[in-house]
Amino acid sequence: MSFGTCARKLHDHSLTVRVFGVLFMVGFRRWSSYRLAAVAGAVANTVFGLVRSAVIIAAITAHGGMLGGYDEVTGVTYVWIGQALLGPIYFNTWTELSDRIRTGDVAVDLVRPFDLQTQLLATDLGRAAYQFLPRGLPPLIVGALVTGLALPTVPVPYLFGLVSAILAVAVSFAARWLVNLVAFWLLDLRGPMALYSVALNVLGGLVVPVYWFPSWLARLAAWTPFPAMLQQPVDVLMGRVSGWAAVETLAGQAAWFAGLMIAGQLVFRLGARKLVVQGG
Amino acid sequence: MGDRATAYRVLIGSRLRSQTAYRRSFAMDLVAGVGVTAISFAEIAVIYSNVDVLGGLNFAATVTVFALAHVCFTMADMMIGHLGNLPTYVRTGSLDSFMLRPLSILGQLATSDISLRRLGRTGSGLILLAWALAVDGVHWSPAKVVLLVLAIGSGTAIFAALFVCGGAMQFWLIEGGEFAAAFTYGGHYAANYPASIYTLPLRLFFTFAVPSAFVAYLPVLVLLDLPGPPGLPAVLGWCGPLMAVVSWIVASVLWRAGIRHYTGAGS
Repeated sequence: MSFGTCARKLHDHSLTVRVFGVLFMVGFRRWSSYRLAAVAGAVANTVFGLVRSAVIIAAITAHGGMLGGYDEVTGVTYVWIGQALLGPIYFNTWTELSDRIRTGDVAVDLVRPFDLQTQLLATDLGRAAYQFLPRGLPPLIVGALVTGLALPTVPVPYLFGLVSAILAVAVSFAARWLVNLVAFWLLDLRGPMALYSVALNVLGGLVVPVYWFPSWLARLAAWTPFPAMLQQPVDVLMGRVSGWAAVETLAGQAAWFAGLMIAGQLVFRLGARKLVVQGG
Repeated sequence: MGDRATAYRVLIGSRLRSQTAYRRSFAMDLVAGVGVTAISFAEIAVIYSNVDVLGGLNFAATVTVFALAHVCFTMADMMIGHLGNLPTYVRTGSLDSFMLRPLSILGQLATSDISLRRLGRTGSGLILLAWALAVDGVHWSPAKVVLLVLAIGSGTAIFAALFVCGGAMQFWLIEGGEFAAAFTYGGHYAANYPASIYTLPLRLFFTFAVPSAFVAYLPVLVLLDLPGPPGLPAVLGWCGPLMAVVSWIVASVLWRAGIRHYTGAGS
């Protein structure tokens, strides 16, 4: 490789990083302009957290004080961390890409000099970064005051937990991207979206921890990326999974992210090839 | 009065026709609705795969509570749940056009988007309710039949009133839609479980501030001849209609205040 190509490659690379950074900030700023929405979201997450804590405590108590490795305090900690993370990880219906495919706007994205998947990933990470504190902190504070939290007292779980939470957002984005791509073939996405939502809420470990599943359901969940989107970051943050096992968990999340992103690239190319946009 | 009824009939008829015109899409919506039921049901099923009794109720009894609340919530949601979109109506100015017409604004909003597709959820709730009641081994009497019918009616009215309160709040809290969701969807979620599992403040909140307990848990205790937590008078199971009336008084006061507060989107 000549010096020229090498320098150009390096320049391209730093440009990509810079564009990624700008798009990240765009996502951050776009969401930070709706402050009241963030407050309202935090209130909703907190109210649900209170009810969910009661359900989890009742189940653990009915089982003799310990269920699936959770006692009362660790059980509610699982609930509150989940309530804090579900905003950034995004449990609502995401149609940003499918809307662009349906309306044909995706044709504009295709002529842009920057990969669309990377572009949306950057803005989605920016969104998550913004939502993390205003939506995540209030439920944790209320949880600490009302039910108490069993949080690790050493710094390592928080460090691993942060990486795990970022990976969870990334896996969630890659999965949402794939579901949205169905729009290339189907006009109406409500069916696939509903299926995805059921899988995410149940298999991801939001409604109940995956450790409570009957064995067939636990085995099914383990074969999907859904636990990597909620149960695993919660486990790592709580220190339930620590040390070498935590590193393995992060590696597993990273593998799901890479696999889903590559699948997303391939399916996107397939879809774009059959896309016909009416010009004007 | 006759004119008004005709107007509403035409409005609702046009909504229903537009939704059933695309059959595949309608079928897909029905399926999607069943999915929402599946999430809440899975939660209860997984918990009961670990324990036999939760808050004094066995699996079938909790499914009865869940299914009754689900039927009521989905019917209220079908009729009036789209009030959650009020900020959109305000932003686009379509609320202003409602104000020009000689019909009540709430009536127009309710009929503007009655979504039949949500029948999938009500249907799956009814099937679960029938199954659970059969397993419960209810000692049926005419009074209990009346109670069941009253419970469905008043539960639907209570959730509808919550939606109206949530909608009215949006006049002050544009962009704060999720704030209302804490009470509407939160109230529904809380109604899925025996109220006996909640701590006292939470139980009081979901009994008197947001009357979720009256929707399903209290009537089901009477239906199944269960004593409930100590100190709980059984007559509370019959108080659903009373709470529905109270909720609607609060809702209509709030809604009127909201409309009076509203000053238009401009342009």
